[in-house]
Amino acid sequence: MMKGGWFKVYAIGYLVFLYAPIIILPMFAFNDATIIAFPLSGFSTRWFEQMLTQPALGIAVKNSLTIAIISSILATTLGVFAARASTRFRFPGKTGIMGLIMLPLVLPEIIVAVSLLVVLLGIGINLSIWTVVLGHVLISVPFAIAILSSAFQSLDQSLEEAAYDLGESPASTFRLIILPLVMPGIISSLLISFTISLDEFIIAFFLAGTEPTLPVYIFSQFRFPQAVPVIMALGTVLVSLSIILLTIAEYFRRRGIAKSGRKDTGGFL
Amino acid sequence: MTEKPTMIAFQDVHKYYGDYHALRGITAMIRAGEFFSLLGPSGCGKTTLLRTIAGFEGISSGAVMIDGKNMEGVPPNKRPTNMVFQSYAIFPHLTVAENVGFGLRRAGLSKPDLAARVAEALGMVGLTGFGDRAAHALSGGQRQRVALARALILKPKVLLLDEPLSALDKKMREQMQVELIRLQRQVGITFILVTHDQEEALVMSDRIAVMFEGEIAQLADPETLYRRPNSRRVAGFIGTMNFLPAKILSETGGKIEVEAQGFGALTLEADQAPGTVSGDGTAVGFRPETLTILFEGQAATDRESMAIIEEVVYFGDMTYYDVRLDGTDSLTRISMRNVFGRPVLEIGVRTRVSWSAGALVLFR
Repeated sequence: MMKGGWFKVYAIGYLVFLYAPIIILPMFAFNDATIIAFPLSGFSTRWFEQMLTQPALGIAVKNSLTIAIISSILATTLGVFAARASTRFRFPGKTGIMGLIMLPLVLPEIIVAVSLLVVLLGIGINLSIWTVVLGHVLISVPFAIAILSSAFQSLDQSLEEAAYDLGESPASTFRLIILPLVMPGIISSLLISFTISLDEFIIAFFLAGTEPTLPVYIFSQFRFPQAVPVIMALGTVLVSLSIILLTIAEYFRRRGIAKSGRKDTGGFL
Repeated sequence: MTEKPTMIAFQDVHKYYGDYHALRGITAMIRAGEFFSLLGPSGCGKTTLLRTIAGFEGISSGAVMIDGKNMEGVPPNKRPTNMVFQSYAIFPHLTVAENVGFGLRRAGLSKPDLAARVAEALGMVGLTGFGDRAAHALSGGQRQRVALARALILKPKVLLLDEPLSALDKKMREQMQVELIRLQRQVGITFILVTHDQEEALVMSDRIAVMFEGEIAQLADPETLYRRPNSRRVAGFIGTMNFLPAKILSETGGKIEVEAQGFGALTLEADQAPGTVSGDGTAVGFRPETLTILFEGQAATDRESMAIIEEVVYFGDMTYYDVRLDGTDSLTRISMRNVFGRPVLEIGVRTRVSWSAGALVLFR
């Protein structure tokens, strides 16, 4: 039993390490004191109220949402093309091409950010939210492809052939059969890309220019001690949002699998 | 029966996948209203040939004609064929009625007309009242029926069936075989079935094409295929056949004089040698049920030999005896119906065997 005992200790230790800092967030967000320290002094929602009255924060949220929505749609669209191509067609150099597309998954973001910055400045493009969109699409596409490939792969090819055989054109077959069946994957990919973009710091920091995203704004606020509880409140909102989005994404992925009676392979939760 | 018009004609059809020669010069014709089977082991090209009719596979050379029209360049959605897929390919996000009515989307029918057509098609396959069910909540047999209804609702000229029964259990399969035959007679559409199950092909088909390695080895009705296979390979694939080495002594005027191991000198009719020279060596072949083990006091109907029983396999209604006929090197299988009052013989028993030269097939 000793072996099982140690595993338990390890598992609990791991979970504490992982989630204790996140639990700290709401604790101090609702704490009635400027200084982040125990003991807690009392319950308050004034940090949330303060958060809503800061115009710079509002602009950062708007920038982040704009970037996240645009980049998730772009990444998912590109992901649909790549996933469809890689699961249905054979073409020369396929393995190499797919490997290169998936590479940003393991490439250090700082490298991506710096090299993008150098290239963009080199060709004379001004930094804006669009340059951030570009960077975010780059890092979200591999995730979109991974999710969408699994959706396309588990699609029985004879379903397509059956629709084709029953008189539909290749285009209407895609619309009537393939799209509805991979829709859970598409939604899941949109949500994951959205979350990635919303959380991303390094690329946004390098490429945002004068239009900071939310994470960049939060980082800049840490210089001012009186702003820290507001950041805690903001952090609480973001964590809740992320958890909700991931849960929805996973729900759609699993429903898609259950709907077509496939076996569950992979996924994020 | 024989003068029906041609529905499908293959004219020297070749198909290559890279270097692999999948179809090697298929020339055949399938008649209108026929229940036709493509039978062969896996990898023989039967499914590929079926898919060239549907238009899912292009051909490298030759021509596929449907109802007199060359199908070259005609995509699957423009061909007068519909297919029942091995996996059934039921659209999982649609109801049974939406699946069955899928092909009529473009026909521009009014809602009540569409509903009536769907109900009629469901009735035809015995699924009346199933229209509102979700497709993924169906059993294997029900999916099969939905796939059939979905293909037949379009009243195609040809219905293609790609191993439609292979996923069903034995009982269900036998039931569906009978239903498919009934359905085919009812609608009168040309059915083309791909199967690797020789029994299924014999039961269901008007004619069968036996395929090996991308070629049609023999195309005939089930009885001819069974009684007069044109090669040892076809004979071995369809049912069981015994072979004994033989030597042709003379061939004159429709009669063939043969010296066969164990059987001695025989005179065969010319139609008992349906095949061409194969190079496998000359032999006579015969089915296990054409030999009879004689019991005490029974007289042979034609010729008689002696044999020793070496193996007994009891099947309930039948018993298979593997015997060694006097003067032969190999075992011969004899199947006997178990009749009341007749004992099952034991291994080692010496017995008389009755046979007839008319039941032999000569291979050379």
